[in-house]
Amino acid sequence: MGEFKVHRVRFFDYMPTAIRAMAFNAHTERLALGRMDGSVEIFNFADHYFQEKVIPGKDSRSIEALCWVGGRLFSAGLNGEITEYDLENLRPKYSLEAYGGPIWTITSNSQGAHLAIGCEDGTVKLFEVLEESIQFERNLDRQKGRIISLSWHPSGTQIAAGMMDMIRVFDAVSMLTTVLLVDRGFGGSKSRETVVWSVVFLSDCTIISGDSAGKVQVWDGHTGTLVKTHLVTKWDVLALSVSKDESSVVVGTSEGTVIQFQFIAPTLQQQQDKEWVRTRTFKNHTHDVRALAEIETAIVSGGMDTQLVVRPLLEKFDERSHASALRKIQFPHRNLVFCAKKAGLLLFQFPGQLELWRLGESDGHGKPGDSLPLKRKPEKLLHLKRKGEDHICCSALSSCGGWLAYSTMSSVRLYRLQTDNNDISITKVPKLPKILRSAHQLCFSSDSSKLFAASSQSSVLVIALSQSECKYVHTLKPKSGSRQPIHLMTNSVDGKWLATANSDCEIHVYNVQKLKLHCIVPVYGSCPSAMGIHPTTNNLTMVHADQQIFEYSIVEKQYTDWSRKLQKQGLHNLWLDRDTPVTHVTFNPKNPEQILLHDMHMFCIIDQSLPLPDQKTQFYNQMTLRSLSEQERPSHLHAFKICKTFQDLLSVSLLDDQSLVMVERPLLAITSQLPAPVRQKKFAT
Amino acid sequence: MATLFEGFTLCGLVQTQSASDSAIQGIELDGDSDHAVVTDSTRAVTLYKVSDQKPLGSWTVKQGQLLTCPAVFNFQTNEYVVVSDNKVIRVWKEEDLHLDKAFKATVSADVWRVHSAPGGEPVVLFQRGAVRLLDSLLSAPQQPIEDILSEEEKEVIRWSTNIVAEKQHFVLFTTEQKGEHFLYVQRLNPNTLQKYRLEREDSRAPPLSFSASLRDKHINLLYLYPNGCVYQSVVAVQGPVGLEGVQALPRSLRLRLPVGEGELGAASAVALDEAHVAVVGMPHPSARTGKDFLCIWNTNFQTLQADKEMVGRICGQVWCYLGKLFVPHGKALSVIPYECQKSSLASALGKLRHPGIAVSKSSVAIPSWNTLLHGDQPQGPTKIVDSRKSKLRRKSQSAPALTVDQVLELIKTGPVEEVRREVEALVSRGDAQDLQLSVGRLACQLVARSQVETAFYAPGALARLVKTQCLCHSMCPDLLLLALEHKDYFLCQLCLQLFPDIPEVVTCACLKTFIGVPDDDVEMVSLEPDSVSFMEGLVAAGARGGQQNGFSPALFEEDSCDPHHQPKPPQHQDKKNPTLQLEVCPVGLRKAVLLNEVLQTPYSDNLLVPHLKDLNAPQVISIQEIIDWVCLLLDAHFTVLVMAPDAKGLLSNLQSFVKSQVKLFSELGKIEGSLQELHKMKPSKDISQYSIEVIELF
Repeated sequence: MGEFKVHRVRFFDYMPTAIRAMAFNAHTERLALGRMDGSVEIFNFADHYFQEKVIPGKDSRSIEALCWVGGRLFSAGLNGEITEYDLENLRPKYSLEAYGGPIWTITSNSQGAHLAIGCEDGTVKLFEVLEESIQFERNLDRQKGRIISLSWHPSGTQIAAGMMDMIRVFDAVSMLTTVLLVDRGFGGSKSRETVVWSVVFLSDCTIISGDSAGKVQVWDGHTGTLVKTHLVTKWDVLALSVSKDESSVVVGTSEGTVIQFQFIAPTLQQQQDKEWVRTRTFKNHTHDVRALAEIETAIVSGGMDTQLVVRPLLEKFDERSHASALRKIQFPHRNLVFCAKKAGLLLFQFPGQLELWRLGESDGHGKPGDSLPLKRKPEKLLHLKRKGEDHICCSALSSCGGWLAYSTMSSVRLYRLQTDNNDISITKVPKLPKILRSAHQLCFSSDSSKLFAASSQSSVLVIALSQSECKYVHTLKPKSGSRQPIHLMTNSVDGKWLATANSDCEIHVYNVQKLKLHCIVPVYGSCPSAMGIHPTTNNLTMVHADQQIFEYSIVEKQYTDWSRKLQKQGLHNLWLDRDTPVTHVTFNPKNPEQILLHDMHMFCIIDQSLPLPDQKTQFYNQMTLRSLSEQERPSHLHAFKICKTFQDLLSVSLLDDQSLVMVERPLLAITSQLPAPVRQKKFAT
Repeated sequence: MATLFEGFTLCGLVQTQSASDSAIQGIELDGDSDHAVVTDSTRAVTLYKVSDQKPLGSWTVKQGQLLTCPAVFNFQTNEYVVVSDNKVIRVWKEEDLHLDKAFKATVSADVWRVHSAPGGEPVVLFQRGAVRLLDSLLSAPQQPIEDILSEEEKEVIRWSTNIVAEKQHFVLFTTEQKGEHFLYVQRLNPNTLQKYRLEREDSRAPPLSFSASLRDKHINLLYLYPNGCVYQSVVAVQGPVGLEGVQALPRSLRLRLPVGEGELGAASAVALDEAHVAVVGMPHPSARTGKDFLCIWNTNFQTLQADKEMVGRICGQVWCYLGKLFVPHGKALSVIPYECQKSSLASALGKLRHPGIAVSKSSVAIPSWNTLLHGDQPQGPTKIVDSRKSKLRRKSQSAPALTVDQVLELIKTGPVEEVRREVEALVSRGDAQDLQLSVGRLACQLVARSQVETAFYAPGALARLVKTQCLCHSMCPDLLLLALEHKDYFLCQLCLQLFPDIPEVVTCACLKTFIGVPDDDVEMVSLEPDSVSFMEGLVAAGARGGQQNGFSPALFEEDSCDPHHQPKPPQHQDKKNPTLQLEVCPVGLRKAVLLNEVLQTPYSDNLLVPHLKDLNAPQVISIQEIIDWVCLLLDAHFTVLVMAPDAKGLLSNLQSFVKSQVKLFSELGKIEGSLQELHKMKPSKDISQYSIEVIELF
């Protein structure tokens, strides 16, 4: 097939922030994840854990806890505000000052009628959930000391509150409170207050608490007595989550372990005398497990080490399958790297800044496997700090390298870049059209004459760019009336077509020259994770979260023959079993048969001229092919050419000079930037 | 298993001046099970209500006087008794407010202790070894008291207790004389005194603590030495009559506690039941030294079953009353409830036999582990099982039942149906005690007649006898073969299920017969319904096929960073997956049930090894899998293996191997830093932030 020169880039210092909170909505199967920087991510667990939406953070916002009320998402944080999110426009809908100092926790009752928050000043405040907002109702008996954790009894009449050195149970009907005293730790920690980091209140009035002395305690809520203490760690027990049927509780500790407790009979003889027994320990984290959710078939955990871990409970699966495998989500399912193919520039998007780099150069050629000597080192041309408190949610770089744009929740900024030799000058384009306030996605047309900005309700604003001015042209609107945001946008090289994909899995193709909707690709049940329009055939290639690949002819408004053949034969199981989505589709203009794809762990070139692999074919066959002679090789070739040499890939692009740019972010480099864990596994300990 | 529950503090303690003295002299019970009488080391006796953790009353002697023995409760008169200044006996009731106003009597010799126990009169033990009943002593306080222990020889009492058996009353005390230790057993009414010499411990150190208990007509004395050894000596209640002089007291080592370096300072051991010992004042085997723990050990298995850290100084005292342990430590007296569950061989054997089904059948007539070890009376699990059945049967019984001997006679000549009826009646009514014996005799008789008289075969009666679970193969070795001969597959199945001791030869014979039987012959036979439905489920599951949970080929690891990672061709996987081959059950259902019974019987490798040799090399699994398998087996059957003498060598070899591995790794841990440096040196070129490389794709 051929040799490629590869720019192996590892200087993108992407650093995800720690996971602080999560909430799982069993009804919609969506997991909301709150990070330390105030951003919120929504994962669709029904669709291969795809990261469907990202609400960017803000400097002043902090998230201590998240909670769903029906399909509405609320958060509360140490800034003392309760926030409801607009999941269609990916921004806070409103924020409400609770006047209780920093808020440690927020939780809704099972009826979804009330929210309770726990405040630094010792109050538990109840809010009524109204149609469009929430309204303060009353304070529960104010206590001395902060309220760290809260849990409603399923009946909604009682609330257990975890505090310092104690748990209080408020009865909303009788207005009585019961106090459960929590022991302090032994030895030196005796003088330190015990923080009850987490409580759960079960329907049989059992209260389970986890605290900073490393204990998980089971209390009888009727009598207020301690039933059992499990000392699980020398450090803190931070998070608790109970399964829907209340037969299992998982706890997260500072050691990075997740420990499961199950409500079972200790001996097989006495099935009726059940008690909470420590059963399993999972160690998938290196640092604090701050957020936990036990869902139907798995334990979901996250914490300081920034990764989201889905650990399926194997007893819930009859057969080993894709769904029963451990899954770690380390990278975002969207692009943070943009490449100017003509200019050889790379744009890195951080929440707080953009970095523009020029790739290096080398002389001559080498054998496969060689590293070439560098003639010129890569160079950081620009470090652009964002303005305002809002974090950057999207950015774009034109392929000529002459334009740069980014958007936050509150504003869009466009810059003109001029490079001559080694000097770079940047000019902000002063007057942007008023209509362009914020964008979910940005992209430049390949001739850099237009800027497309994904706006609310899946609409796209078309802005014409010229040296002197930039002008609003038109708003492209989908016919479907979807209110969901666009998460993917791509345009054709000939400047005629623009394709958008939204969270409703709809893909619209617009004719940019006529400024109207051209067609809607038949909706497929899984969300597209990457797509691209072929430079010569104008076929739209889409890869979905379930790993399926489709190719759709925009001109003929139908799936191509190759796509039908692929669907008929089916993709290889090893392709379908991969657990990270494809995040980028690109093409080789010099060789129209080739489609370039990548996910976190591999880079793949699909050669459409070659036969598709069937289930018996050796799928990962590059090693075998290498060992074969030139004559034998053709009989072993198949369409999927997969290279795993490059790992932890954030981006792959093909420059106009046919060299590949692989942006790697080794996980080790991320780990090394984390603070030291409380406990490190040593040999023989 | 034993459990120590959450404890609570009964009262605070005053620190004594000298480090070795305890603040408490003694804790005794009184008439109320929730009360504790605590005597401190100086002047006060306090009565506590334990569950409320509060004092009910307190009595003190005047300044200058000293309590010299713990107060006890006279269960016959509901009075408290204490001794002050060695010679003054004071008796008072709970409602008395002042001890000074209470009754007192001065005796002519120094008192060591007053002992009292429910069901017996209090006894007074004098420092020179004489013993008097309290009543008779108080009637003539100034009566002369003889010396049992000679003053010149400097023999002094170290510890004493009293034990009340059904009709007998004992006072036990140990003495020390020139480094030797003696046990005196004083029986009262009639009075006899027996003296025993304790074996000397190598270190010549005196025992740290004693504890005595009465168990099935033997007095068990448990004592702990500073080197961590806990010995038990047994003295019969019906003591050797007329033996004069000093007897040597045999002892057996019950437990060797890990004491770490050095010796135990202040520690104490008390027996909780046959198998459990509570020890206070020893370091935890895995905690750092300098901490004292209260531990419960199982002496049968030498395992630590429960532990609790005791904060503060321990003075080596522990009392055990009614499921509670009283431990003074630091500035508090803690009460810690405990529970010891009996560990029985039955549960262990049950695990061996039917891992899934055994639960419901765990009441097999296998005697408890303790019974095997200590010769207890068989407590009747069989009785419980059978009582329900027998109740049902009793209603239908009308004719007067025959005795065992009469039934035995009947078997010799009677017709099958009558034999069945009488056996049934006998078994239903039989009490567990002698059922075991009679069942064996009946079965042997039945089998013997069948062997002689080919026309006679009583399947119903035999099945009934097997079902009592009192029968085993060795009791009646011909039974199973006879059933096989008569093609009584139901009885065969019962025997296979219920006999724990079928030799492999017989199992093999069963297997051969079962395999040889044509399916049609078996399909009409009625078999035990549970096992049939189990097999039905199994066959159905096998037919469904599919990959089983837990089977994970290396391929699945997507995260593998190995760039040269190449999957194996899929056709190899199919061979690895055993479930695919189990699609159709090759034999009929009932035949499968019988074969499964054979498979579930315990067997040794004699049966398997010749056939395993037929496997060819690619089918033999890898070392890693074998080790995993062995680990799983060891984990699953550890309790059984620990008890099996045959496994001892293997286990200790494995243990020493694992120990050396752990040591190796801990040594490696020390040079971890250097190793990491080595690791870093290798891929240094890869760490660069940027490179231009050439790759080739095919």
